[in-house]
Amino acid sequence: MTYIIEGSTGPWEIVVGLEVHCQVVSKSKLFSGASTTFGNDPNTNVSLVDAAMPGMLPVINEECVRQAVKTGLGLKAKINLESVFARKNYFYADLPQGYQISQFDKPIVGEGTIILDMPDGSTKSVGIERLHLEQDAGKSMHDQDPKYSHIDLNRSGVALMEIVSMPDIRTPEEAGAYLTKLRAIVRYLGTCDGNMNEGSMRCDANVSVRRPGAEFGTRCEIKNVNSIRYVMQAIEIEAKRQVEVIEAGGEIVQETRLYDPRLGETRSMRSKEMAHDYRYFPDPDLLPLVFDQAFVSEIEKTLPELPDEKKARFMRENGLSAYDAGVLVADQEKAAYYEVVAKGRDGKLAANWVITNLFGALNKLEVPVTESPVTAENLGKLLDLISDDTISGRIAKDVFEIMIETGNDPEKIVEEKGLKQITDTGAIETAIDEVIAANPDKVQEIRDGKDRMLGWFVGQVMKSTGGKANPGMVNKMLRDKILG
Amino acid sequence: MTDLTNLTLAEARDGLAKGDYTSVELTEAHIKSMEAHRNLNAYIIETPGKAIEMAKASDAKRAKGDAGKMEGLPIAIKDLFCTEGVQTTAASHILEGFKPEYESTVTTNLFNNGAVMLGKANLDEFAMGSSNTSSYYGNVINPWKGKDGKDLVPGGSSGGSAAAVAAGMALAATGTDTGGSIRQPASYCGIVGLKPTYGRCSRWGIVAFASSLDQAGPMTRTVRDAAIMLGAMAGHDAKDSTSAPVAVPDFEAALTGDIRGMKIGIPKEYRVDNMPEEINKLWDNGIAMLRDAGAEVVDVTLPHTKYALGTYYIVAPAEASSNLARYDGLRYGQRVMDEGDSLDDMYMKSRAAGFGKEVQRRIMIGTYVLSAGYYDAYYNKALKVRRRIYEDFATAFGTVDAILAPTAPSAAFAIGENEDDPVKMYLNDVFTVPASLAGLPGLSLPTGLSSEGLPLGLQLIGKPFDEETVLRVGGVLETAANFTAKPAGQEG
Repeated sequence: MTYIIEGSTGPWEIVVGLEVHCQVVSKSKLFSGASTTFGNDPNTNVSLVDAAMPGMLPVINEECVRQAVKTGLGLKAKINLESVFARKNYFYADLPQGYQISQFDKPIVGEGTIILDMPDGSTKSVGIERLHLEQDAGKSMHDQDPKYSHIDLNRSGVALMEIVSMPDIRTPEEAGAYLTKLRAIVRYLGTCDGNMNEGSMRCDANVSVRRPGAEFGTRCEIKNVNSIRYVMQAIEIEAKRQVEVIEAGGEIVQETRLYDPRLGETRSMRSKEMAHDYRYFPDPDLLPLVFDQAFVSEIEKTLPELPDEKKARFMRENGLSAYDAGVLVADQEKAAYYEVVAKGRDGKLAANWVITNLFGALNKLEVPVTESPVTAENLGKLLDLISDDTISGRIAKDVFEIMIETGNDPEKIVEEKGLKQITDTGAIETAIDEVIAANPDKVQEIRDGKDRMLGWFVGQVMKSTGGKANPGMVNKMLRDKILG
Repeated sequence: MTDLTNLTLAEARDGLAKGDYTSVELTEAHIKSMEAHRNLNAYIIETPGKAIEMAKASDAKRAKGDAGKMEGLPIAIKDLFCTEGVQTTAASHILEGFKPEYESTVTTNLFNNGAVMLGKANLDEFAMGSSNTSSYYGNVINPWKGKDGKDLVPGGSSGGSAAAVAAGMALAATGTDTGGSIRQPASYCGIVGLKPTYGRCSRWGIVAFASSLDQAGPMTRTVRDAAIMLGAMAGHDAKDSTSAPVAVPDFEAALTGDIRGMKIGIPKEYRVDNMPEEINKLWDNGIAMLRDAGAEVVDVTLPHTKYALGTYYIVAPAEASSNLARYDGLRYGQRVMDEGDSLDDMYMKSRAAGFGKEVQRRIMIGTYVLSAGYYDAYYNKALKVRRRIYEDFATAFGTVDAILAPTAPSAAFAIGENEDDPVKMYLNDVFTVPASLAGLPGLSLPTGLSSEGLPLGLQLIGKPFDEETVLRVGGVLETAANFTAKPAGQEG
């Protein structure tokens, strides 16, 4: 899929690279024993290290290292057995040390790949340049006092994984698909909860435009966009802005910009001239981070089946389309739900019901699959009722609606409401005979060759049986009676 | 009665064990001596109340038959160690009034071993200096006097610690050494100073100057005392990632007095131009003493020595510029701001008012060498040279057990001298800096007097985590040198 901005001087292509900060799921911070619990009172999860008291020293939290390696493995990336923590120096009120401990030229994870699942069922691979571990800063609160800003250090020192993509993304949709996939992967792995609205996953987008296939243009970095939708919007709007600037004879200056979703525009935040000189250097308080292949292998053993593998399996074993499989594996709970429904049943039928009926209903209810009123077991039973001809597909839809409302067992619903399909040939025959008797002219039309009219008869019979007649049997018997 | 302030740690330890005196008596004698020597300005704050309390507790502990390695022994703590509830300043205005809620690992170890704290010893601001003249709380005066009677510097940065030990204001003191801050003042004040191997003592709770170099160590009157005290300070600490997971040996047991067959290296690069003749002579005398004791003296070469000082003055300020960023006026210490000031205004005012000139100079040097475009030319190159310096030593230690060199290129100089020329001041560290860069243990001990009658020290440098050899050779040299001179007024 190509995405081209048609400017007044010709077509433009966009080039995007994303830097995503993922808060690591861990009990304590990257270099201190303080808790990482979200939502505690300000400045309650703060150790002496986090507050940068004199003489305090960082000690690496092994759990965070494991999580970073696990994520690297999930991204099919190179794990660096030796990496180095470096200090990124700058002054700010929410950065007590006056530097952030990060990784610079020797990150813990090197190059990897993410496969994007596009809405049309196609895939695209985007390169990962690196993943590194670093400390989060505290939080400045500017709305607590008319004169002063307040600082909450609860987040100060919490571990982040910064995941940097290659500039391989060419459309806003790909950016969205990238974030969706990355979020799915970290959630599958349990290394980040991926909640962008809580700030546990944050995205910076590097955007530039160029003539198709030409050299990269100058990029601008849009900082801290906090939803996938906003990232896609921001890229679109920023790319348009750049085209306008260039076509008006201007030049793009490398700078940091902010996206304002209310005004639908990006604004300059800091130009390159004003950019910090971070004076990175290896943190002398920490030794190089070294582990062996056995450590990596141990972690590898704990990896769950990841979205790509799961998707391939659903396609291979259940005969699903790439699109359906992609929808189902987008998150682990959905996939797990589907697997329960599909177990021992027709995988395609199960996928249709889960994707179209269940997800459609859940969307309307605005509840996640984990809170679905219809359990996977009950949806499975409903499919069984269809396949053993207890009810028809149409009746099944009615039963499903009742299940969504009440959460009840489908067998019970069918029983109580008397929805069992009529497979008794006698009963069906009676109904058919009545319809035939009442419509001799139409019977004649069919016999004269208007086969299509058979459908009308089927509808009439179904109507007279309250939809409970087995449509296959009705069809066959009608055909036999009129044409036989 | 014995002057209780003139004892060695070993003597006091034995005296306490025999019941000749109590820790309270020993401590009270030192509190009196501290009062009598206040003119030296060796302490930033004295903590007599806490000292007596600790001494009483120690006597009670001993009465129960429980005595640590330094039970009841009163010492000074360099004011770079965070001490719980006791003001810790690093001799800087910016930390004035700061009382940590925590105790450094080294002082915790010492107190667990029974040591009694007399007060917080003066130092150069943030341990940056070689003369103890950069302290916000005033310079320290060396108890030794030259022939003209002028006040001399005690060396630095552990100048207060050295002066306190030399003047009988503490039986021993903690110091820290980044580029010579234990060894050089020990040499200037006629005492023993040991910088252990980097990683031997925990840095947790020590106000950081240059993290890859800082190392705590003992400052004492004898080599034996240094062995005793190091044993009470050292040990692996999980809270310091650079602390080495190695066992602490019985350092005192290393003092066998026998160095026969040992090989002592003499680095020719330390024979610098313009070396005062008396330093050369001191060194030659030391060589002769070790040879007489049965050691084999061999020449070694440390070819990158001439780059050590330059390397040090890139690496240390670079780390310091980052380490000192946390002193921003926000969470502790001094804050200077006026109505309507921005965050940046507050940073600038607090740091301009809080840091002295030498500290500001080093922050600027450090910021410069780490800045974009200069990093490779300065910092990165310095790291490479540092590696070479380490390799020089490693090669030399392939053939020798220890290296003997002067500690400093001169005796203590007059207060005010060298002040207008920072580079000249930095040259005081020329012999101590290489071992610091290589992370090696270095022991300075007094072995002679200058023509002015001032103490001069020689330095023994050892292999990583081989303080035992350094102490053993040091013990032999100490016996042979028989240095008994004391500053005026301290003659037993």
